Amino acid sequence: MPGLGTTMGRGAATSFQEDLRNSDCILIMGSNMAEAHPVGFRFPMKARERGAQLIHVDPHFTRTSAMCQQYVPIRTGSDIAFLGGLIRYVLDNDRWFREYVLAYTNAATIINEEFQDAEDLEGMFSGFDTKTKAYDYKKAGWSYEGEEVAKSEPPPEIKTESFSQRLASLRNPTPPSDPELKHPRCVMNIVRRHYERYTPEMVAATCGCSVEEFLRVAETLCANSGRERTSAIVYAVGWTQHSVGVQIIRAAGILQLLLGNIGRPGGGIMAMRGHASIQGSTDVPTLYDLLPGYIPQPAVMRDHADLHGYLEQEKVTHGYWANLPKFMVSLLKAWYGPAATKDNDFGYSWIPRLDNNYSQLPTFLRMAEGKVRGLFLFGQNPAAGAPNAKLHRAAMRQLDWLVVRDWFEIESACYWYKGPEGVDPKTVPTEIFFMPAASSPEKDGTLTNTQRLLQWHDKAIDPTGDCRSDLGFLFDLGKRLKALYAGSDKARDQGLLNLTWDYGFDSPPMLPDGRPSRLPDEPDAEKVLREINGYTVADNRQVKGFSELKDDGSTACGCWIYSGVYPAPGYNRARERKRNPDNYTSPNWGFAWPHNRRMMYNRASADPEGRPWSERKKYIWWDEAAKRWTGVDEPDFEPDKAPSYRPPEGATGMASIAGNSPFIMKPDGKGWLYAPAGTKDGPLPTHYEPIESPVANLLYRQQENPTIERYDVPMNAKSAPLDPEYPIVATTFRLTEHYLSGPMSRFNSWLNELQPAMFIELSPELAAERGIEHGGWLVAWNKRGAIEARAMVTRRVRPLQVDGRTVHQIAIPFHWGFAGEVVGSSANDLTSIVADANVSMHEAKAFVVNVRPGRVEDFKDLPLRAAPWPTYRAAPDAPRSAQPEGQED
Amino acid sequence: MNANPFTLEMLDVWKRPEPPKQQVETGFFTDTTLCIGCKACEVACKQWNQLPGDGFHWTGNSYDNTSALSATTWRHVAFVEQMDGTGGHVPRWLMMSDVCKHCVQAPCQEACPTGSLIYNEFGNVYVQQDICNGCAYCVVACPFGVLDRNHQDGKAHKCTLCYDRQKDGMTPACAKSCPTASIQFGPVEELRERARKRVEELQARGETDAYLYGAEATEEYSALNSFFLLKDKPTVYNLPEAPKRPVDNLKTNYLVSFATAVGLTVLSALCFSRGKK
Repeated sequence: MPGLGTTMGRGAATSFQEDLRNSDCILIMGSNMAEAHPVGFRFPMKARERGAQLIHVDPHFTRTSAMCQQYVPIRTGSDIAFLGGLIRYVLDNDRWFREYVLAYTNAATIINEEFQDAEDLEGMFSGFDTKTKAYDYKKAGWSYEGEEVAKSEPPPEIKTESFSQRLASLRNPTPPSDPELKHPRCVMNIVRRHYERYTPEMVAATCGCSVEEFLRVAETLCANSGRERTSAIVYAVGWTQHSVGVQIIRAAGILQLLLGNIGRPGGGIMAMRGHASIQGSTDVPTLYDLLPGYIPQPAVMRDHADLHGYLEQEKVTHGYWANLPKFMVSLLKAWYGPAATKDNDFGYSWIPRLDNNYSQLPTFLRMAEGKVRGLFLFGQNPAAGAPNAKLHRAAMRQLDWLVVRDWFEIESACYWYKGPEGVDPKTVPTEIFFMPAASSPEKDGTLTNTQRLLQWHDKAIDPTGDCRSDLGFLFDLGKRLKALYAGSDKARDQGLLNLTWDYGFDSPPMLPDGRPSRLPDEPDAEKVLREINGYTVADNRQVKGFSELKDDGSTACGCWIYSGVYPAPGYNRARERKRNPDNYTSPNWGFAWPHNRRMMYNRASADPEGRPWSERKKYIWWDEAAKRWTGVDEPDFEPDKAPSYRPPEGATGMASIAGNSPFIMKPDGKGWLYAPAGTKDGPLPTHYEPIESPVANLLYRQQENPTIERYDVPMNAKSAPLDPEYPIVATTFRLTEHYLSGPMSRFNSWLNELQPAMFIELSPELAAERGIEHGGWLVAWNKRGAIEARAMVTRRVRPLQVDGRTVHQIAIPFHWGFAGEVVGSSANDLTSIVADANVSMHEAKAFVVNVRPGRVEDFKDLPLRAAPWPTYRAAPDAPRSAQPEGQED
Repeated sequence: MNANPFTLEMLDVWKRPEPPKQQVETGFFTDTTLCIGCKACEVACKQWNQLPGDGFHWTGNSYDNTSALSATTWRHVAFVEQMDGTGGHVPRWLMMSDVCKHCVQAPCQEACPTGSLIYNEFGNVYVQQDICNGCAYCVVACPFGVLDRNHQDGKAHKCTLCYDRQKDGMTPACAKSCPTASIQFGPVEELRERARKRVEELQARGETDAYLYGAEATEEYSALNSFFLLKDKPTVYNLPEAPKRPVDNLKTNYLVSFATAVGLTVLSALCFSRGKK
């Protein structure tokens, strides 16, 4: 999540859900929290009951909107225009938190003279190379005055995400600044100028809301921010799945920094994660370009031939990331054990090096060309859940072999004989292995939730039949592969052969009821967690935290940010479930990385001198008598660094971070309003239209994000801007009743009876225009596919007035597919594959379609047949009168 | 005298076990202003009580696809979608988790001819499945349409207020699973007190339309041990404005029958007396 990483230092939610109860105002945008995160939504509800204002800004009115005092409809993909308008409002009306902004952000820092803003270049920034469609940092001059360009920026074809690259290294951790904010090139003035054109009228014209609705949100936010009050922002994949997703999140970061809402109780930016333990899968990553703990993957294009070169390139001089060598060497020791020695660079050369973009979308595009031969799917369902699912299915038909590990025979396991394409199984050469998976009560392990909290779960019973845990499967696979390659002296095999693989149980595992498990060969998940925590090599003593890690090979640690989760034998902090009635942060409930800090950057909850900003918003403060930071949480700061500390000349590492700089992961210790490095599509969020949009960019001549990767390949055609064939804006959304593309929910009758059928929500106006009846069938199609669904005609979807004309939106739930107890068309047969420059993210939340009444089979001219629908009942059950307000008379 | 064990066993049939000790009365307070319509209560209820799904019927009626309480749906979340902004209210989408009202004087219990419907030791209205003969008098007696006969076993079924969980000191499944405390479970007197405070709180905040439904007895109907906080007329939530006990009609009905009987007797007596002439 570089949106948050670039702005504040770490790519994770800054706070924790329980803290939302302390908010005076919560802006929910790009998230349908009540429906997608109903359990966490208890905290916004508590805040509301304590008098907070809840605001929902969303393309369609959801159960979340129903709970909020303010709801503002906007056109999907116009979020930066809205947030930019808020930033302008805050600056123009002088509502920013002056002391906070001056002390804790880079507002006063002066930027290089060469930098040119979107204001100067009609929506582009300086340094754009039209050939590579990327910004060239060397020419861009985005950096702080006196700085050179970040030294380890990878070539643009690699979309890497790593803290150290994003943070960049500063030669001068105290760059030139103007605390008076007079200098024309200081960040504050650049930001002011950049957002000057985001007027309330422009916001209304671009987003389709009214000026009054926008102003009311702006005023509510401002009135509930400052010394005495705090506002929080909640987002989810409604922000990330855009061609400008990272920049939307950046814009929220700028807004929250200006209002002084980061690192303070009731403030922050809550990134609501979309999948169980998806935070965990970026921390101990399944991402192709990261090693555990956000350490960058070595790459062939950089000077990464040996460990020394790698560390020299990747480590930063100032701030916490100066410790990279300790984390990297400890990781290598954890992986390769005794085989990792100082002489062989601790086995560094055994790590595969990046030579291309191996993220999901490019990999599947290569697969479609027959360049990928085998695939493992663990709890993943690209045949229905990935953008442009049709293309994903076509790609998977090119495989030699496929292993699907899941509970049920999901779309990705049965695409070879069913599905909308009407595939002939004889034409699919793929050998498919369906391996039944154990569910969470049937295995030990941790989940890392949206607020970085690790919670352990014990196995309650053995899984039935041949079901096995993913951990057990991988452990067994590793053992078999090691046996297969045993004795090989090829260099490329040494990594596999030297991997420590000793996770078996020391004594036969027992179930909670006292009986022995019938699966004694499964690995001991606690051993894995102990390795992740880290230990000293000489005496195998678990370390108490990452501050004990060394770069000389004397410590091993599987993921440095998780260090401290298992600090002593028999003490698994992730297993702790102690409530503390006096402290709502519940420090003994699970373990939050880093170092059990519930709220990150919490040094900012105190003023530069270390005193709470106000009694009402007290959290962490400097105890002068004890010479320590104290409060209700672990300080996200060196516990004994006084507020008055100033780094001496030439200081490096944490010593270069002053006592009044809360953003310790940043080389200058500041929150970044302006990002001199780390975002590949510009230092300031700028409104671009979605790749497919029926509207011209009203703010700039540049229509779309110029750095986007379009993947103009067969089956992935996209509409040009303002395509008259496809005038309707579509977005996808979630229902509480189902989960993702349905592998865990559409096989369960209790959930299926609650939402049994694929439907599409549209406004009565659009329905009347096209002759679509509530409860009847409709077809939605675009250049990539066609789907059919029941029409849910409702005033919860409103036609918007965009730039003086009516733009219709439809909302499509994405939970259906062709496998399961209830089936229906998959929304992802309409979405496209594009990739933003920062994180290769697609744009499933904004695309264009057309609609008409009927079934897909009624039309011969559509690009693709839809999923055959099992008609439990031939006609709609609902009388026309079932929803009178859904009718257009 | 040594009794024949077989005889003793036969006598056991006539022995009655001690009835369970009376406990504090429990119930539900369902605060509709906190309901987010997640339907966790519906699913938790079905899971705990092992009730089957009712089939897959998309109704098009907002997000409500289970439509009503039934023999196999003991919690039902109603969606009142009024987004047209007419009728004097702002566009709104109300949600309410409906359930058996566990009336203090329950018409179903009064109508049950077999004694299957009882008040258990927690003061909850409970159908004893082994005694129910499936006559369905309770189904027509309930003014809320809660009771329903299952077409497979022919017996009446409804919310048990998780009698089995309560006996083990556990919270009923629906209340346990509710993420926003819209469904609250507890001793009913405490709940009534809490609910009254909650209404005062909402009124003070300017939400003057908040009121309690069924927290207190009316002239016509007893209090409900499972009562609701509503924001509009009961009929908006598909609840009866003034529920009625069929028993109340009995006096008049008996009088009418008696009068009819007397009248007919007199009439026939008259006829016979004339015939003698």
